[in-house]
Amino acid sequence: MSVLVDANTRLLVQGITGKSGSFHASACKEYGTQVVAGVTPARGGEKFEKTVPIFDTVSEAVAATKANASMIFVPPEFAADAILEAADAGIQLIVAITEGIPVMDMMRVRFALREHSCVLIGPNCPGIITPGACKIGIMPGYIHRPGNVGVVSRSGTLTYEAVWQITSQGLGQSTCIGVGGDPIHGLTLQKAVEYLHADPDTKAIVMIGEIGGSEEEEAAEYIQSRVKKPVISFVAGATAPPGKRMGHAGAIISGGQGTAQAKIEALKKAGVRVAETLGDIGEEVVKALRK
Amino acid sequence: MNIHEYQARDLLAAAGVPVPRGAVARSPEEAESIARSLPCNSFVVKAQVHAGGRGKGHFQDGYKSGVHLVKTPHQVRDVASHMIGNTLITHQTGPEGKPVHAVLVGESTDIARELYLAIVLDRSSGCPVIVASQQGGVEIEAVAEKSPEAILREVIHPGLGLQPYQARKVSIFLGFPSTGLRAPCRLLHAAYRLFIEKDCSQVEINPLAVTKGGDVVALDAKLGFDDNALFRHKEIQELQDPSQEDPRDLAAAEHHLNYIGLDGNIGCMVNGAGLAMATLDLIQAAGGKPANFLDVGGGASEEMITAAFRLLQGDPAVKAILVNIFGGILKCDILAQGMVAACRTTPPRVPIIVRLQGTNVEAGRKILKESGLPLLPAEGLMEAAEKAVAAAAGKKGK
Repeated sequence: MSVLVDANTRLLVQGITGKSGSFHASACKEYGTQVVAGVTPARGGEKFEKTVPIFDTVSEAVAATKANASMIFVPPEFAADAILEAADAGIQLIVAITEGIPVMDMMRVRFALREHSCVLIGPNCPGIITPGACKIGIMPGYIHRPGNVGVVSRSGTLTYEAVWQITSQGLGQSTCIGVGGDPIHGLTLQKAVEYLHADPDTKAIVMIGEIGGSEEEEAAEYIQSRVKKPVISFVAGATAPPGKRMGHAGAIISGGQGTAQAKIEALKKAGVRVAETLGDIGEEVVKALRK
Repeated sequence: MNIHEYQARDLLAAAGVPVPRGAVARSPEEAESIARSLPCNSFVVKAQVHAGGRGKGHFQDGYKSGVHLVKTPHQVRDVASHMIGNTLITHQTGPEGKPVHAVLVGESTDIARELYLAIVLDRSSGCPVIVASQQGGVEIEAVAEKSPEAILREVIHPGLGLQPYQARKVSIFLGFPSTGLRAPCRLLHAAYRLFIEKDCSQVEINPLAVTKGGDVVALDAKLGFDDNALFRHKEIQELQDPSQEDPRDLAAAEHHLNYIGLDGNIGCMVNGAGLAMATLDLIQAAGGKPANFLDVGGGASEEMITAAFRLLQGDPAVKAILVNIFGGILKCDILAQGMVAACRTTPPRVPIIVRLQGTNVEAGRKILKESGLPLLPAEGLMEAAEKAVAAAAGKKGK
């Protein structure tokens, strides 16, 4: 078992002919992910690396290859459209890697996705990986190892850091999910925790947050009332300077929420083990599992 | 991205939000002729800088206040001649102040009531939200802390936009009589349209004034824009004023580096915003103070690394540099090559601590070792931070 992706996931890549799209499609394929199709408008009929068929539209790709997940590398100007196209074609898992999508576009996308049953991860995220089975994203595959620790994070490199520490402790990961760093995104920390909690192969959950917004607090509330598995957390930005934030009224909206201190407090109150510094995550996981 | 008050005023006016009459002047002569064209007998002259607290600020040469109220066009000229070409220092500019190249000359307004109105994006609902309060003219954070019930938050449906009943609700909350809702409602719709059309991150009108004559006008406004959407707003990009930016920030922006200048002495170069933030936390946990936040991004090229490195080396406040990289897309060997290239052209002036992990880490470490450069390697995160703090302190002691 795992969360959202496994060895049966059939991946299509939107923007497969671009520089990053082709590089990472290749890396995912090499890792063992079933990359079944690519989509680039006006490039339909071509083949990627001589084996993967390229289509003009997502619906054509789905009809021909039964793809059920999409990884998006389309440039920011066109990324919102790409997400909507994937959802409309019935793709169940959309992983948007693209960084720099206008916030208004994501606001409309999130609204439109209410009518679909799909899960959107990202944008501006590293993706999702079930070690040894399926990698959808830009994370370095080799730092992972199959195991029982679920990881969810708002930051790419912080996820790698946590994963590496877990692997270095001789443990492994069930599934690792990077939800992305944009203010408006799909899958939330809380929802990711819900998935990991429901997964029988996940024995402990690592959740990595950062300043801004209130997702950590919301996840903390859920953890306190529902989660029986040990949760280990780290929140980045405890010493971030005040004033470098969204702006006046933005700070009001979150009122008191949004600072690392508030998040850490909420997590501790929920019984979460909060690592003091970034370097302590791996050891905290070991301690939590030993208990 | 930030813009000047007069630019925000022009954008609001173009969108249909009433603003006081006036115009921007770049010389004392221009200021006087603008004043002569205004049908009023009292004028406001405001120094144009990207900072708040102008009224309470002072100029480099001792001239008081960046906001003056005067009676005659001749006095407007006199005030403008003191401001233009001068440097204004406020509690937001830092001790070095901001250069004044223009002033806004406007009619002075007889104010009956000062209100607060903002449109921002609410992260948790993913919708625009209108924030309104009858307590305008002061910082909204202060209102939120003392009397949160004095603030209304009206969430707007992203598909439908601002509805007339919502505009009425906000206007009534702001104390307008039910027979006088037309002007505030029209203003709300205009401000909302501007927010959406220009991809704003915030439209903040503070104060929104009700004049003694009963008009509603935006006396001062702050507009913020979504940097991600600037590609489709060339007209907004052109409003940028480099003279108001930190030169370190400008140099960083030129090379697409995500940089924020801080006031410590340990320069940092990190990949990924989360790791960069956590690195600042580590430095402070080790007892040091970071000189900057610098995220070279996931896919940095050798040129970007070189530029980032030069930026840190060129900052006189920096006494030690901590490089913390977890190679994902950015491979450790690429990073190492960039650093070596930068050190060849600009020899290291301060100790450099390097902590590498991730893709091609062995190759990266090998390149650094064989370069013969005086780099201090570190394996652990805390170890790296402690070495950087010690190095920065040692340099200071000499």
